[in-house]
Order: sequence, then C-alpha cells, then structure tokens
Amino acid sequence: MANGTIAVPGRTAEIDFYNVRTKHKGIASWLLTTDHKRIGIMYLGVVLFFFLVAMTLGVFMRLEMLTPGETIMKAQTYNSLFTLHGVIMVFLFIIPSVPAIFGNFFLPIQIGAQDVQFPKLNLMSWYLYIIGALLALFSILKPGGVMDTGWTFYVPYSIRSTANISLSVFAAFVLGFSTILTGINFIATIHRLRCPGMTWFRMPLFCWAMYATSWIQVLATPVIGITLVLIILERTLGIGIFDPTLGGDPLLYQHMFWIYSHPAVYIMILPAMGVVSEIIPTFAKKPIFGYTPIAISSLAIALVGYLVWGHHMFSSGISDTSRVIFSLLTFMVALPSGIKVFNWVATLYKGSIVVTAPLLFTLIFIFIFSIGGLTGLTLGALNTDLHLTDTYFVVGHFHYVMFGGMGIIFFAALHYWFPKMFGKMYNEKVAKITAYWIAIGFNTLYFPFFIMGYMGMPRRYYDYLPEFEIYHRISTVGSWILVSGILVMFYNLYKGLRNGKKAPDNPWGGTTLEWTIPSPPPMENFKVIPTVTTGPYDHTVIHGQEENKMQ
Amino acid sequence: MNHDQHLEQHPAHPEGHDEGHIAVAHHPSYGVNILVWIGLLSLTSITVAVAGINLGSLALTAALIIALIKSMFVVNFFMHVKFDNKIIKLFIGICMVVFIIVLVLTFFDLTFRY
Amino acid sequence: MSKQPETMTQEIQEVHIHRDDFGSKMGLWLFLFTEILLFGGLFILYASYRFIYPEGFAAAATHLDVLMGALNTIILLTSSLTVVLGIVALQKNKKKLCLFFLWITIFCGILFLVNKYFEWGAKFQHGIYPKGPALQDMSEGEVMYFGLYYVMTGLHGLHIIVGLAFIGFVMMQIKKDILTSKNFQKLENAGLYWHLVDIIWIFLFPLLYLIH
Repeated sequence: MANGTIAVPGRTAEIDFYNVRTKHKGIASWLLTTDHKRIGIMYLGVVLFFFLVAMTLGVFMRLEMLTPGETIMKAQTYNSLFTLHGVIMVFLFIIPSVPAIFGNFFLPIQIGAQDVQFPKLNLMSWYLYIIGALLALFSILKPGGVMDTGWTFYVPYSIRSTANISLSVFAAFVLGFSTILTGINFIATIHRLRCPGMTWFRMPLFCWAMYATSWIQVLATPVIGITLVLIILERTLGIGIFDPTLGGDPLLYQHMFWIYSHPAVYIMILPAMGVVSEIIPTFAKKPIFGYTPIAISSLAIALVGYLVWGHHMFSSGISDTSRVIFSLLTFMVALPSGIKVFNWVATLYKGSIVVTAPLLFTLIFIFIFSIGGLTGLTLGALNTDLHLTDTYFVVGHFHYVMFGGMGIIFFAALHYWFPKMFGKMYNEKVAKITAYWIAIGFNTLYFPFFIMGYMGMPRRYYDYLPEFEIYHRISTVGSWILVSGILVMFYNLYKGLRNGKKAPDNPWGGTTLEWTIPSPPPMENFKVIPTVTTGPYDHTVIHGQEENKMQ
Repeated sequence: MNHDQHLEQHPAHPEGHDEGHIAVAHHPSYGVNILVWIGLLSLTSITVAVAGINLGSLALTAALIIALIKSMFVVNFFMHVKFDNKIIKLFIGICMVVFIIVLVLTFFDLTFRY
Repeated sequence: MSKQPETMTQEIQEVHIHRDDFGSKMGLWLFLFTEILLFGGLFILYASYRFIYPEGFAAAATHLDVLMGALNTIILLTSSLTVVLGIVALQKNKKKLCLFFLWITIFCGILFLVNKYFEWGAKFQHGIYPKGPALQDMSEGEVMYFGLYYVMTGLHGLHIIVGLAFIGFVMMQIKKDILTSKNFQKLENAGLYWHLVDIIWIFLFPLLYLIH
C-alpha cells in the first residue's frame, strides 16, 4: 500500500478500542470498562503519575544529601521522604507496572484470547489500586505525621512511631489485594484461554513470565497482608505479637515481612525479564536461544525466590545455621537468572540486529542488571555482607536491579509496545539519545553508592562524614542527568502520541500475535480466534511486510 | 462489516480448556457425604480423647496428624477434589509445598536461637 | 484494502465470554490459596511462639473451654455437610431441599458466632484481653498466646461472616432460578469457601484448646 502499511484484511478500517462506541458514554465508558486494553491504559496513567511523584521525592532526597548535615530539610522530613519514596516506588510503581499495564494489555492478545478470564475482577483490581493510592495520599495529608519508618516498617519503631503508620500499612494492604486479584486472573487466563494450537511451549516467553509472577503474587502477598494487619492491631490494640516488651520477637516480624518482600522482588523482575525475551528475538530477527530453559527458569526463579529471604536479616541476630543456609540458597537463585542472561546474549549472537530504542534500553538493562546481580552475590556472602549491610552498597545494589532492571525495561516496553498501544510512532532518534542519556545519568547517580557503601556510608542517614561528600555530590549531579533524561524521554513519547506518524500493524517485524492485529487494536482483539501452528519466535511467518522497518 | 453482538470465544478444539465449561454433576449422592461427616465427628472425638492422654512431645504431632486426616476428608470429598481435574490437586500441592518450605526455613532460625 | 464502513453509525461492541465453570472453580481455588497463606502466616507465628514459650501456651490454654471448642467444631463440620447436601439437592433439581440445607448451614454459622461471642465475653469479663488487667500478671508466653488467640479466632470469625454472606447471596440466586441443576458452579464455589473456613477451624481447635 502507498503508505507502507499492509492492511490486515477487513480490519484496518475497524474502529480502535479508544474510539469504539460502548454501552456507557464518556468517562464512564472508561471507568466502567471491563476491556483489558482499556484497563491497561488506565493503569498506565496512574502508575506513571506515581512514578513521577516518587522520582521527585528522590530528587529532593539527593538535594538534601548534597552537603552533610541539614541542607534543605530537617532529619525527620528526610526520614519521611525516603519512606515515601520507597513505599510509592515499590507498591505503586515497580510491583504493579509491568503486569498491570503490559500484562493486562498484551497477555490475552499474545495467547490469542479476547480478554482475561475474569474481566470484572480486572476492573476491581484497578479500583483497589486507586483506593490504596488514595489511602496512601490520605496518610500523608492527615495530621499526625507522614510515615517515617522506612518502607520496611520494621518493629518496634513502626509500633511506636507517632506518624500515620496504620493508615500507611493499610494502604499497602489494599494494594496487595489488587495484586492478588491480578495474579489470580492471569493464572486462570493462561490455563483456560489459550487459542487452538497454543500449547504451553508455544506461548511467548512474556506469558511464561506473567504466569510465574502470578503464582508469586498469589502465594506471597497474603503473608505481608497478615503482617501489615498485625502492625495495625499492635498499634491499636496492643496485642503484643511483635512487641519485645510484652514477650514478642521483633525478628519474627522481619521474617514475615521478608517472606513476602523477597519473592516480591521477583514479582518485579520476572515480568521485565519476560519483556526482554520478547524484545531481543524481534530485533535480532532470530528465534530466542533456549526457549525451554528460559521458560522453566522463570518457574525456577519463582520457586527458589521463596527460599532466600533470610539474606535481608544476616545482621539482625538470626541463628548462624539459618544464615549459612540462606546464604547458600541465595547463591543458587543467581543460577536461573544467569541462564536467562546467557540465552539472551546467545540470541543476539549472529542475529541480524536492528538497534532501535527498545533494543537499546534492553542492552543497557543487561549491562546494568548484571552489575546489580553480581553485587547481590557480594551481599549474599555472609562475610562481605556483614561489612556492607545497611550501607549505601545495598542501596546501590537494589537500585541497580530494581531501577536498572525493572525500571529500564519498563521504558523499553513503553517504546516497544508504543506503536501497538497508541497507533503512533515516537521519534526514534530522540528516543535513542534519551536511552544513552538515562544510562549515563543512572550510573553517575548510583555507581558512587557502591564506593560509598564499601567505605562505610550508612543508608537512610541524613548526615555524613566529610570523606563521603564528593561521592554524594557526583551522585546528586547524576540524579539531575537521570531525571532530565527521563523527562525528555517521556516528552518524546508524548510528542509521538500527539503528532507521531501513524504506526503500521507490525513496525518491528515481530512474530507474536499482537503484531497481527491493528495498531491500536479494535475492541474485539480477534475477528476469528487464531489457530497457532508454530512457536512464538518463528521469523518465517512474519505478519506484515518485511519492509515495515523503522528508520 | 458485520459485528456480532455475541463473540464466539471458543471455536472447535481450543487449546487450554477442552472440558469443564459446563459443570456436570457425576452421580451426586447424599449417603457418601453423610458417611464422611460421621467419620469427621469420630475423628473429632478421638482428637479430644487423645489430648487427655499424656503423650508429651508427641501430643502435638498426634493432634496435627488427626487434623490433617480430617482436612483430607473435607478436601477430597466435601470439596470434591478427589474427583476433580488433576490440575486442582497440583495447585493444592504447590500451595502446601510453599507453606511448608516457609515454615521449615523459619524454624532453622528459631531452633538454633532459642 | 481500506473499506468504508457500511453505515455511519456503529453497533455497540460487547464481548461476551462464554461460560466457563471450571475456570470459575479454578479462580476460586486460587483465591482460597491466598486465604491459606493469610492464615498460614498466623500459624507460623503460632508455631514460633509455642516453640519459644511451651509452658506459657499450656498454661494459657487452660482458660479455654474444651467443650465449647469441640461443640463449635461439630457445628462447623455439620454446616460443611449441609452445604454439600445442598449442592447434591440442587444437582438433583430439588430446589426447596437445597435451600433447606443451606438454611441449616446459615443457622450453624450463626450458632458458631454466638458461641464465639460468649467465649470472648467470658474472657473479657475476667480481664483476659490485650492490655487487659489479667494479662498484666501473666507470663510472656501467656500474653503471646492470647494475642494470637484473639487475632486467629477473630480473623476466622470474620471469614465465617463473609462465608455466610457468600452463601446467602447464592441462596438468593437459587431462589430466583439463576442457579439451577444445570448451572450450579457459584453454589459449589460458595461451598468451597465455606469448607476452607471449616478446615482452618479444624486446625485451630486442637492448637488453641488442646495444649497440655
């Protein structure tokens, strides 16, 4: 066709899911929708908002740390800032984002389904997210004090703090419920709604990742649910279960907290790894290397992830025996992740590589995540951990894996699936520049954390000795580079949304089912449910013309 | 273009779900369930009786085993899992394995600290 | 090729997903797992504190009435039976009999809650509650026990209420012939939830009442 697109027969003129006429009108047609694509977009809006809020908190934290002592805020304010930064990032951004946005939008399409198994439950998940977010907001605005315990809410301080802790943890509880329902929905969807021919081992790896993640969401989240409820009961009724003055064991709180929160980090990273397994074969124009090991490693990471939580407690006072066991298990969990990285790199080898922004973000991810993973091993070894725990080294480690891992891939997914979700193209050149810009800002901000941590700079401290000042300064400048890069990246995407070129159905030459339907998709994903006869990365069956390449 | 108001979600031989769309009762029976109930009541009496015997450290184990047996009856018969698709049994297994692992690992700390 | 839509107005799109009873059952089971892990956390804490304070737990348990506990166990086991009998009745197209059995289930659930009310009431009267006077004189183990006692039985009682609401809702649908002998998955699901609440009590009873 003249404009370089191929028309999917009979469907190009179909109204997309944004503009379709629905039972409800106006905003009600969104707020009462049960369509997985609309729900995904609604999640995108709110998640992005909270990401920007938490990012701003981070900027202010770094401003405070520019000089020792008080710079722009008091110590109590700093405590609340890092608590909020953590709570919002963890519960309102990192955990929900990839599953709730891209999982919701693309899981059904990738398995050839019209929607998830429980569409109404899906909408309820979104409302629970909103309610949780509003509760968190309320806990900030209500007189009493903003949460200041750190996002980990450790006892006994979380019992004693005069801030609005009960409200804060209740917000987290509600958000947990939202995640649980999403997990239930996705497991049932994958079991029940795969299209004909889509056997388990023909599913895209993103779907495997969502499956493994969903099991963690279902089985781990309730544990923190009950733990948070117990905090509230402690504060209101004084039941004593975690109160050392009444006979309670504060370490049991830590156990219960990390029994969820360690698997939670796999809730964060597995979906991101699933996205990587989609992006790399598309831009290497090759099937993924080691499909089965990658699929199984997702399940393995989910399982082994339950076995390692004690490594957050090495210096808390747990028994030596358990420390040795947890350290050993921690080393083991690195193996399935290593398998994935190896397979991704092997996929690129001898591939016909097209460097687009999504791929660039992904390559940056591999570099940054590997550093994060390796520093995890340093922390997993008992002897080095005792020196590094509760220092900036840990902060560096988890920012490398969570932000450099999941965060960067969130950006990659945004770019990769942007044409499909919005039917427009963003400016590829600007996007690539922002990828480099963000990579530079990221490393400038966070690499000094490793050095500082090794030198002994404690985490969550608002004041520090003069020898750390140079590193803090470099870091803060890094935060400005990073944030400006992120803002330009979002602005570029926004421009694409408003004025971008119309996107073809398959701009990247992808092989999974979402590239066979229009961009953006109509309300009804498939006119006829497809029947699949090959694996998901078979490049001989590309839908759309090969000429549909991005320049 | 014609839009059907009702979309066909399932053409012939869909992959993930070849059965179970419409639940069908297989020989529903009052009698079996009543028998199970009687068994459960008996086990409850046994639990109370056993608690009276001084078994020392075995008392907890005995109580838990009996509770486990009672639960198996409820799960398999009242909750119908014995007659359900294998996947439900697999799921239950996964859930219990995770719970047990977490319990055991926690005790590696407690037993060597107290 | 681009086609012009035949009419300017467009029919409203509604996607109707076909009924999937097994999918519905699967979803309910997954939800039950979350409940198992929710209570599981409490059971882990119970196990931990009982391990740490064996004598305290044994001493505290003497304040509990074994007979009441056993009675409540029997009440719940019976209510589980009647739920299943209700399902069987509906499957055999005996709507009135089904509702009769479900009413018994509701009655049993309420009876359980009434017993619980009296049990708790008696303890409150003796000052046995978190931060209560009796607890000031008790050992740490006993304090931990009662903290867990109230949370575990309280949370369980909450689930009884939810279960009763679930069953009540389903009974309404049976009455209106929305659920029938050919469409009973929702009733089964309500039953599954109720059985889980029963199973939790099956463990709570010996662990809370029968420590020596």
